[in-house]
Amino acid sequence: MLDQIELRVKGLNFYYSGGVHALKNINIPIHSNQVTALIGPSGCGKTTLLRCFNRMHDLYPGNRYEGEIYFVKDNILSSSTDLIALRSRIGMVFQKPTPFPMSIFDNIAYGLKLKGIKRRAELSERVEKALKHAALWDEVKDKLSASAYDLSGGQQQRLVIARALAVDPEVLLFDEPTSALDPISTAKIEELTEVLKKDVTIIIVTHNMQQAARISDWTGFLMLGELIEFDRTEKIFTAPSEKLTEDYVTGRFG
Amino acid sequence: MTREQIRKTEGFVALMLSTCAALLGLFWLVFILGDVLLHGIKSLTPGLFINDPTPPGVDGGGLRNAFVGQLVITICATLIGVPVGVLGGTFLAEYARGRKIARLISILADIMVSVPSIVIGTFIYAILVRPIGHFNGWAGAVALSIIMIPVVLRTTEDMLSLVPWTLREAAFALGAPYYKVITQVVYRGAATGILTGILLSIARVAGETAPLLFTSFNNSFFSLNMKEPVASLTVTIFQYAMGPYDNWHEQAWAASFVITIFILMLTIAGRLIIKWRYK
Amino acid sequence: MATKFSKNPVDTIFMMITAAASFTVIIMIGAILYQLLHESAPAIARFGVWKFLSSTDWNPVTESFGALTNIYGTFLTTAISLVIAIPVAIGIAIFVTEISPNFLKGPIGVAIELLAAIPSIIYGMWGLFTLSPIMSNHIEPFLKKMFGGLPLIGILFQGTPMGIDILTASIILSIMIIPFTASISRDSFNLTPSVVKESAYALGATKWEVVKNIVLPYSKLGVFGGIVLSLGRALGETMAVAFVLGNNHRITTSLFDAAATITVTLANEFAEADNDIYLSALFYLALVLFVMSFITLAIAKFFLLRAERKYSR
Repeated sequence: MLDQIELRVKGLNFYYSGGVHALKNINIPIHSNQVTALIGPSGCGKTTLLRCFNRMHDLYPGNRYEGEIYFVKDNILSSSTDLIALRSRIGMVFQKPTPFPMSIFDNIAYGLKLKGIKRRAELSERVEKALKHAALWDEVKDKLSASAYDLSGGQQQRLVIARALAVDPEVLLFDEPTSALDPISTAKIEELTEVLKKDVTIIIVTHNMQQAARISDWTGFLMLGELIEFDRTEKIFTAPSEKLTEDYVTGRFG
Repeated sequence: MTREQIRKTEGFVALMLSTCAALLGLFWLVFILGDVLLHGIKSLTPGLFINDPTPPGVDGGGLRNAFVGQLVITICATLIGVPVGVLGGTFLAEYARGRKIARLISILADIMVSVPSIVIGTFIYAILVRPIGHFNGWAGAVALSIIMIPVVLRTTEDMLSLVPWTLREAAFALGAPYYKVITQVVYRGAATGILTGILLSIARVAGETAPLLFTSFNNSFFSLNMKEPVASLTVTIFQYAMGPYDNWHEQAWAASFVITIFILMLTIAGRLIIKWRYK
Repeated sequence: MATKFSKNPVDTIFMMITAAASFTVIIMIGAILYQLLHESAPAIARFGVWKFLSSTDWNPVTESFGALTNIYGTFLTTAISLVIAIPVAIGIAIFVTEISPNFLKGPIGVAIELLAAIPSIIYGMWGLFTLSPIMSNHIEPFLKKMFGGLPLIGILFQGTPMGIDILTASIILSIMIIPFTASISRDSFNLTPSVVKESAYALGATKWEVVKNIVLPYSKLGVFGGIVLSLGRALGETMAVAFVLGNNHRITTSLFDAAATITVTLANEFAEADNDIYLSALFYLALVLFVMSFITLAIAKFFLLRAERKYSR
C-alpha cells in the first residue's frame, strides 16, 4: 500500500477568543494508517492543533481558524463543512476517561444510535466488534448492561476508544489518552494503538516522549505555537535537524 | 429528509422551545413588576406616609402606622434572629466542623428554611398570643425571627467554611485562643458574605404576611407598643385588598410598590456586594 | 478538626453560646411539633386520625371537621402548578446553560433571583387585580369554549369562570415555583463535566442530543431534588393563593371552581375561630401541613445530597 496522505494541514493559524495567537503557520502531512505524534512542552499548542481536526474549538464562541486542513480532497475548516458528519469520520479520545451515564452497551451504541441504527441485532454486532477491536470484549462481555462507571480507569478508557471505534471512523485523535492511567493500562493502550493503526489513522498528543518514541511512525515537535520540526520518529529521536528539537528530546528542557 | 436533517430540526425545535421558556419567565417578571410599578406609583402620595388610616369608607387616610409598625417588627425580628443565626452558623463551621451533629443541624436548618410560614404563625399564636390573651407585636417579631434564624445560620456556616483553614492556623500560631481567632480573623474574612446573608434574610421576612396574621395581627391606629397588636404593611395589604373600598385598593397597591422596591433593592444590594468583594 | 484548643474559659463559654444558638434549630422543630400536637389534641380525640383525614365536612356550627377538602385543594393546586412550572423551569435552565451567549447568563440569573425574591403577597395582589380579571374575561371563557364540550377533559372546564378559582391560583403558584426549579436545575446542569459533553460532541452529537442524552441524565438527581423542593414550597404557599382561591370547602372537578387549601383556610379562618374545637381542628390542619411539608422537604434534601456526593467523586 502506497504511503498516502490522509490529512494535510496548510498554513494553519489559530486564534483563541480574545486574540491569543495559539498556532502559527502550521504545515503538516498526516499519513494514512500510521501513528503521528505531536510532542512539545506545556502550552506549545499540540492539543490546540489536535482539536482543529475535529473542529472542537467551534463549541466555544470567539475562536478563529485561518488556513486549510484538507481531509483527502475537502477543506474541513471551511464554513460549509458539516460538523456532525465530520465528527463521525474523525473521532476523539480525551485525557480523562469520559464514560456516559449509561450501561456499557449503551455507551458503545451511542454513536450508532445517533446515526439512526436501531435494530438490536445490528447494534449488538457492532458493539461486539468495537469492544473486540479495543481489546475489552473479554473483560466485559458478561456485563454489558452494567454501568460504565463500574469499570476501572484503564477499562473505561478502552471503553471510550471502543465507543469512538464503533462508528468506523477514518481518523482517531488521542489527546494524552494515558496520562491519567496506571502503567499497566498505559501499556495495554499502547499495544492497542499498534493494532488499531491498520484500520484507522491515528494522531496522538503526548507529553511523554518515550511513549511517542515507542508507538509513533511520525512525530511533530511544537513550541510556542510553531512547528519546529516534523519527520519520521526514528529521525526525530536519534538525529533531529533542529537544535531545539534535540534539546527537548534529550530532556534539556520541558 | 435525511436522518441528519431530522436530527438538526429536532434539535432546533427543542432549543427554540427552551428559548421561549426563558422569554416566558422574563415576561412574567416584567409583567408583574411593571404592574406593581404602574398601580403603585399612581397611588403614591406623601399623605400615605404622614397620615394614619381613617375609618372605613372615609377618604384621605394613610398608612403611617403600618410603615412604622412594619419597620419596628422587622428590626426587632432582626435583632433576635441575626445574632442567633450568626452564632449558630459559627458553631457549625468552627467548633463542630466535620462532626455528625453539625451535619444534622445543617440539614434540619435547610428544611426549616422552606417550612410553611403560616404554620410558624400558628405555633407562635399558641405560645405567645393565647397565654397573653391578645395579639402583640413581640409575637410577630419572634415569628419572623424563627424564619430568619435558619437562613442566617446556613449562609453564615457556608461563608465561614469558605475562609481557608491556613488563615486560622496563622492566628493560632501567634498564640490566639480560638474565640479570638473566630471573632478577630475569621469573621473579618467572611464579613461581606455574612452581611449579604443578613441582607437577604431581611429581604425575605420583610415581605412575609402569613406569620403576622395571627401574631401581631394589625392595628388601625398608630402604636409603638409591642405588647399590643401592631400595624404591619403586609397584613394591611391583605385586609385592604380583600376589602370593598377603592381607596383601600389604591393604598394596597402603593404599599405593595414600596415593599417590592425595598425588597428588590436589598436583594440587588446583596448581590452587588458579593460581586464587588469576590471579583 | 476543632477540638478543645485551650483551657481558656472564655473559649468554653463562647463555644457553649454558639452551640446553644445552633441547637435552637432542633428546639424549634421539636417545639413546633409538640405545640401543634398539644393544640390539636382535642380535635384528634374527637375526630381521630383516619376519619379526620378522609372527611369532607367543614362545619363550625355543628362542630364537624374534616381535612379532606383542604388536602384535596392543596394537592390539586400544587400538582397543576408543578405540571406548568417544571417544563418551563427546565427550559429556562437549558437556555441559560447551553444556548444563551455568555453576556446574558448573568442578567438572566439576576432576573430569576428577582422573581424568587418577590414576596408572595405581591403575587397575590397581582393575581387578584390583574390576572384574575384577565382569566375571567378572556382566558377561561376561551378554555370553556374549546374544551368544555369534550368528553373526558370537559369536566375540568365547567361552571362560570369567575377568575377566583383553582386554575388562577395554580397559575400564580406555578410562576412562583419556576425560579426555584430553574436555578437548582441550572446548577445541576453546570456540574456536568465539559469533557463528557465534548466526548459526545466528538461522536457527532447535536447540541440538543448532548442535552437530552448526557446532561439531563447526568443531573437527574439534582433536578429531581429541585422539583421536590419546589413541591414542598408550593404546599406551604399562603398569600399568593389566598387572594384568588376563594376558600370554598368542597371537592370539585372543575378548574373554574373555588376551593380550599390548608394554608388558605388557616389564613382566613384562624383569627375568626370562635370555639375551642374549631380552633383545635385548625391546629390539626396546621399539624398535617407541617408533617407533609417536612417529609417532602426532607426527601428533597436527600436527593440533593445524593447529587452532591455523586459529583464530587
